[in-house]
Amino acid sequence: MTTMPPASKQAGEKWVGRSVPRREDLRLLTGRGRFIDDFELPQLKHAAILRSPYAHAEIGEIDVHAALELPGVRGVLTGREVAAMSRPFAVGVSPAPKYYASAVERARFVGEPVAVVVADDRYIAEDALELIEVDYRPLPAVVDIEAAMAADAPQLHEECPNNIYSQREFVYGDMESAKKEADRVVTGRFLFPKYGSTPIETYGVIASYDPFADQYEIWSNYQGPMVGHALVAQALGIAENRLRWIIPTDIGGGFGIKTGLYPYIALMAMASKRCGVPVKWIEDRQEHLIASATGTDRLTEMEAYVKSDGTILALKDRAIDNTGGYIRAPEPGCAYRSIGNHTGAYQIRNLEREVLVVGTNKCLTAPNRGYTCQHLYFSLERMMDKVAAELDIDPAEIRLRNFIAADQFPYKTATGGLYDSGDYAAAFRLALQRFDYDNMRQWQKEARAEGRLIGIGLATVVEPSVTNIAYVGLAKSYLERRKEHPKSGSGEAIMVKMDPLGKVHVIAATNPQGQGHDTVISQVVADQLGILPDDVTVSNVLDTHQRLTSITSGSYSSRFSSAGTTAVVLATQRLKEKLFRIAGHLLDAHVESLQNDSHKIFVREQPQRSIEIRHVAGTAHWNQSGLPEDMDVGLYGVGFYNMPTSEPPTEFDQVNSSNTYGFIAEVLMVEIDPETGALQFLKWVSAHDAGTVINPLLFEGQLQGGVAHGIGGAIFEETAYDENGQILTGSFMDYLVPTSMEIPEVDMIHQETPSPLTALGSKGTGEASAMSAPAAIANAVADALRPLGIEVNELPLSPNRIWHWIKDAQSSPSQ
Amino acid sequence: MRPVGRKITVTVNGEQYVREVEPRLLLADFLRHGLQLFGTHVGCEHGVCGACTILFDGVAQRSCLIFAIQADGAEILTVESLAQSGKLNLLQKAFHEHHGLQCGFCTPGMLMTALELLRENPSPSDQEVRAGISGVLCRCTGYKQIVDSINAAALAIAGAEAAE
Ligand code: FES
Ligand code: FES
Repeated sequence: MTTMPPASKQAGEKWVGRSVPRREDLRLLTGRGRFIDDFELPQLKHAAILRSPYAHAEIGEIDVHAALELPGVRGVLTGREVAAMSRPFAVGVSPAPKYYASAVERARFVGEPVAVVVADDRYIAEDALELIEVDYRPLPAVVDIEAAMAADAPQLHEECPNNIYSQREFVYGDMESAKKEADRVVTGRFLFPKYGSTPIETYGVIASYDPFADQYEIWSNYQGPMVGHALVAQALGIAENRLRWIIPTDIGGGFGIKTGLYPYIALMAMASKRCGVPVKWIEDRQEHLIASATGTDRLTEMEAYVKSDGTILALKDRAIDNTGGYIRAPEPGCAYRSIGNHTGAYQIRNLEREVLVVGTNKCLTAPNRGYTCQHLYFSLERMMDKVAAELDIDPAEIRLRNFIAADQFPYKTATGGLYDSGDYAAAFRLALQRFDYDNMRQWQKEARAEGRLIGIGLATVVEPSVTNIAYVGLAKSYLERRKEHPKSGSGEAIMVKMDPLGKVHVIAATNPQGQGHDTVISQVVADQLGILPDDVTVSNVLDTHQRLTSITSGSYSSRFSSAGTTAVVLATQRLKEKLFRIAGHLLDAHVESLQNDSHKIFVREQPQRSIEIRHVAGTAHWNQSGLPEDMDVGLYGVGFYNMPTSEPPTEFDQVNSSNTYGFIAEVLMVEIDPETGALQFLKWVSAHDAGTVINPLLFEGQLQGGVAHGIGGAIFEETAYDENGQILTGSFMDYLVPTSMEIPEVDMIHQETPSPLTALGSKGTGEASAMSAPAAIANAVADALRPLGIEVNELPLSPNRIWHWIKDAQSSPSQ
Repeated sequence: MRPVGRKITVTVNGEQYVREVEPRLLLADFLRHGLQLFGTHVGCEHGVCGACTILFDGVAQRSCLIFAIQADGAEILTVESLAQSGKLNLLQKAFHEHHGLQCGFCTPGMLMTALELLRENPSPSDQEVRAGISGVLCRCTGYKQIVDSINAAALAIAGAEAAE
């Protein structure tokens, strides 16, 4: 266990906590950002991908002759070559269905790659796609979760009977006693839709194979985790050090979706090798919408065992996820990612849970922003409201009665989560107060009496961040896990170095997609050394050959503001230790007696005994042999920080699936127009506790972005299919993304309960309302429609759907 | 054989270019890969996301919906034209100060759209700003800080004009 360095307390201005505008902006505002499609290489050729028009089909002969004859075409790669040149990707379930970088003999979703053409430019490559003849033999398709498990369902993979990829049952605590003690059982059944966050920049890969070195060089806007590097190397049958993988400094949004991109990297690596040229492929929007990745859809059945006073004693649930035509790592993480925080913000000590991950003829999944916490909280928070309604207790009150109390932290959940800090009731009360909850309830009553459909929705959720990769192990039983090497971790590495004139440069590979890491790094380093952020330069490129990377590297699960910044602090402190050691030698003073300001290091009690930092740095660089032999004078510090709480699962399947745990309380009010079904936000307060806020300007940006994703998922977005598996949302005309007109003003409240696990007390906050807003909006809509006897158990709450519900309710005889 | 090229003369950011282009070449691709002006971004190629927005003869247009040959004789401004002599203009400055961008991918389209908006309506209401940028999708910011940025830019531009 690493001991935590304390946050900087030195003289000089403190930069952590200040709204420092981003240094990244200067290039991005002037058109000088460097995104994947802005890179070119000598002799670069361009790829286009032929994709299956069928949801499920046998693939017979693929005739590529005409395509190859088109002038400008350099080569074609089909499933046959892919099967010969690579192995299926590894995934954490057994038996694993075979998933290659393209369809091999059978396509299992619309848009699955069938062939790749490499040509002089993209226009010619796309022309050539039309000349390829594929002998498809269509098969029946299945798209519905429950239908997929039926006895007569079309079978996707012979390794996976009933289309089940993963299935486990868990029991935590003492269910029997809890069931006996309960006064009643409240039940719910919830359907969460399939949607993805559609970053405005699509995927891109540049792959270049060097036959002489037998080495690949890859450029791609992959998001991490760099377990993808291991997966691609393994699929290509090469050692990892033969695969140099570089991620450009600028990525046009990720939101978890770009974790699902690595199969294309293998595909383009093979295309480059086969055609003998460097290859670039940029996904187009249609390809993205039909075939890249979305979050999973999920069917949940839940039972809550409750006392009459509202205490929830136990939960029993069954959740079925759907990873589509194959299961691609990091799935089946969808089913296990939130296990540590499965009981949310509440003291629920008993849980019985069954999880299933099934396959259907839909596109594959990836950790979409919130990574199934929105699914979990949609069920859990709807249940809280159902319990409140059945017991006739106010929904705010029922939450307050079940919260984990401030003096219980650190709090270990029944499932093994270790909540580091928090004061949920205080944050929730702040939000209720700002919302003027009691008066609003009163006003709602009056408005209802006038026939208006007004609803108030609450959600109080725990926001996990910094994934501990250990949780994927839950897909296997303890006995199966014991046969494998244990897996755990969340580490991040940073290097800070000082040049001969005493200026600081940070070498990072945190792989941001717009979160402003470089600015934050400069703030943190400035505080640690007592200098200005502007004095710190940062180079942030993930390059597996030139940076310190690990399986866990990358920007996902809101890792940076806690794991990343702690690594920055550690690295800077190591550099500082070296500076002090050299200064102590030059001043003939004890290291412990020294202190520094922005320019010099001096003896605390005799400030006149001092030396300028640039002279210390100069000595280290220019006169290396003038220092004692045993003194390590390399003027750099490396910090690698792994959260000490990232341990493998226990034999009882308990696991701390994340490392820091923030809190979100949503309190919002909607009005529904009964004539159109359209929903309008009247008021919205969102309270967040993510520990110490490092940069309030950037923090606000994360929160506002999270709100928009939450609204998208709750109201607009769905990757929809017809019953034959044909996709209905293949363009931005059909797949609706919130515009500036759909996002209301949200009143943000911050509470800061520092994390004891991170150097600065910060937690992650990048997923934010993406995980809580769908639940809160659903609760508000349910509240608004309650007078009509309408239940809300599914999303998205599109005007069309709500309108149909209202019409049905009005025409049903009971009304 | 490659389709026959056609010669066009186009002025981009004040510089005149004479190039031979295929009739089907999109203006967005011409700007990016033909002229290496990578500031203009492509997010959908079907006219919805707005990332590719440029000023075409002074009017905000989607460069993914225009063929390069249609730009023959046109004057085009892209995001690269905004900063002069190493200094951000007032709109860019406002985006910087108010965190009006995260990943920066929608930003060029957002800036060019806002430029036209503020030219036509120098002191827009919040609602007018929201309506004005509703044709440009941003998935990072949730739009709030973009609206703040444009409002701040409107004030700054008015202030600068008053000072002149
Ligand atoms: S790329 Fe032109 S509108 Fe999306
Ligand atoms: S800043 Fe990323 S899409 Fe707008």
